[in-house]
Amino acid sequence: MAYLEIKDFQKSFGNLQVLKGINLTINKGEVVSIIGSSGSGKTTLLRCINFLEKADSGEMLLDNEVLLDASKEGKYNEKELREKRLNFGLVFQSFNLFPQYNVINNITLAPTLLIKEQAKAYKKDLISNSELTKKEIKKAVAEFIANKKVQIQENGLELLKTIDLIDKKDSYPCELSGGQCQRVAIARALALNPKVLCFDEPTSALDPELTGEVLKVIKSLKQKDRTMIIVTHEMGFAKSVSDKVIFMADGCIEEEGTPDQIFSNPKSEKLKSFLSNIDNKDG
Amino acid sequence: MDFWSVTQSLLQGFGVTCLIFIITLIFSLPLGLVISFGSMSKFKPLSAITKVFVWVIRGIPLMLQVFIVYYMIKINGKNLWGEVNRFFYFELGWAVGPPELNGEGYGGLIAVLIAFIINYACYFSEIFRGGIESVSKGQYEAGKVLGMTKNQIFNKVVLLQVIKRILAPMGNEIITLVKDTALSNSIGILEIIMVSKTFTSKAIWPLFYSGAFYLIFVGILTLLFGYLEKKLKFFKE
Repeated sequence: MAYLEIKDFQKSFGNLQVLKGINLTINKGEVVSIIGSSGSGKTTLLRCINFLEKADSGEMLLDNEVLLDASKEGKYNEKELREKRLNFGLVFQSFNLFPQYNVINNITLAPTLLIKEQAKAYKKDLISNSELTKKEIKKAVAEFIANKKVQIQENGLELLKTIDLIDKKDSYPCELSGGQCQRVAIARALALNPKVLCFDEPTSALDPELTGEVLKVIKSLKQKDRTMIIVTHEMGFAKSVSDKVIFMADGCIEEEGTPDQIFSNPKSEKLKSFLSNIDNKDG
Repeated sequence: MDFWSVTQSLLQGFGVTCLIFIITLIFSLPLGLVISFGSMSKFKPLSAITKVFVWVIRGIPLMLQVFIVYYMIKINGKNLWGEVNRFFYFELGWAVGPPELNGEGYGGLIAVLIAFIINYACYFSEIFRGGIESVSKGQYEAGKVLGMTKNQIFNKVVLLQVIKRILAPMGNEIITLVKDTALSNSIGILEIIMVSKTFTSKAIWPLFYSGAFYLIFVGILTLLFGYLEKKLKFFKE
């Protein structure tokens, strides 16, 4: 059953059409890799999915709920956009950790900032659905906030354990290696428990000997049935981790299939030449 | 004319210098932030107007701006600020500087402050703009995908990085402001140099003495900025 469904995504920057009608379905717990040469629209697609760019036309459904309908007039307001964005996580090529926060605070910052709104909603709910006095409500809300804070902290430490960086929890990003930074960035995205986690070339900014540790973390997420979309240049990794591989060229999905189909049995000419170019480079 | 009476007079003049310095800072810092937002606005007419304004203010000598503000407004053919001076001095008995020097000038002081605040806000706005624009787009995007509001991104993510970046140019500008306060004596404000000048018919050393006040003030500011820079060394971008 389709979990994330993208229908006819189109996007232009000025006269340049970057996405020319992308159709894509992803099942729950599936890992989809997107490969293709630079300029093929991979990153733009990912940015449209994350609402960092607005698709010019097309539709996106997540879990049977329409998230984006570009044909509908009127832009989404900031609050709606934020709520929509929270369905997705995005790990950037250049990490974009917050330099002035240490590792644990990088992870807990965003969830902590959400507490205020959650507490407001909780309070509203209490006021309309319970017979508590004002004082009791105030106490309940304060408790709610305190509990949340503890939860977020515990969850952050738990995530640090899974990326094997618990001993670095008080370090600042400038004290970490690239691979460690990217692992923290992954934990930071996971802290909000997104329905779909996206990676934009997560290892492209890393020294070759550091890519392994990041890929290992992503693989461990697959075992936990996370739905993931990975834009990558690591063909070996795409082959081993993906349920489905998508090859993009010139703003279109040129070919899609299982890793076996794509890498061992490519059909389109573009994919064949793309793969042989990569083989030549590696050889 | 002994050392202590000169010290006393100079201290009073220095009080005026400090007053101009502090009030200018208090008002020009937030105004500068507003102007920087104006010049970064996506609404083209607003950013264009702001940029022209900043160009004019930064392009004209501050002394001329002080004169313009002071002499521009007339009421019944009389200089507004001069009238305010007289009102403060004769009606309220308030003067700027030691009374034996026939000090007047609260009106002038207000005019000076208006010119200084606008002038320095424009300089600060350019420093702020540079600092804000130098924070990478990735920081904003990371904040966005983590569900932060625009205000949260600015306050919790961008601001401290901006402060770290602008500390050195701000230190420069603020030290310049200390010395620019002397321009106020062009419309008769009894700040420290104006006061020390009144002694020159008898001796030259009060001029050097007034210089020492500036040196100490700037020295303290230098130490303060050095301390802040050290405090923000814990992270790098």
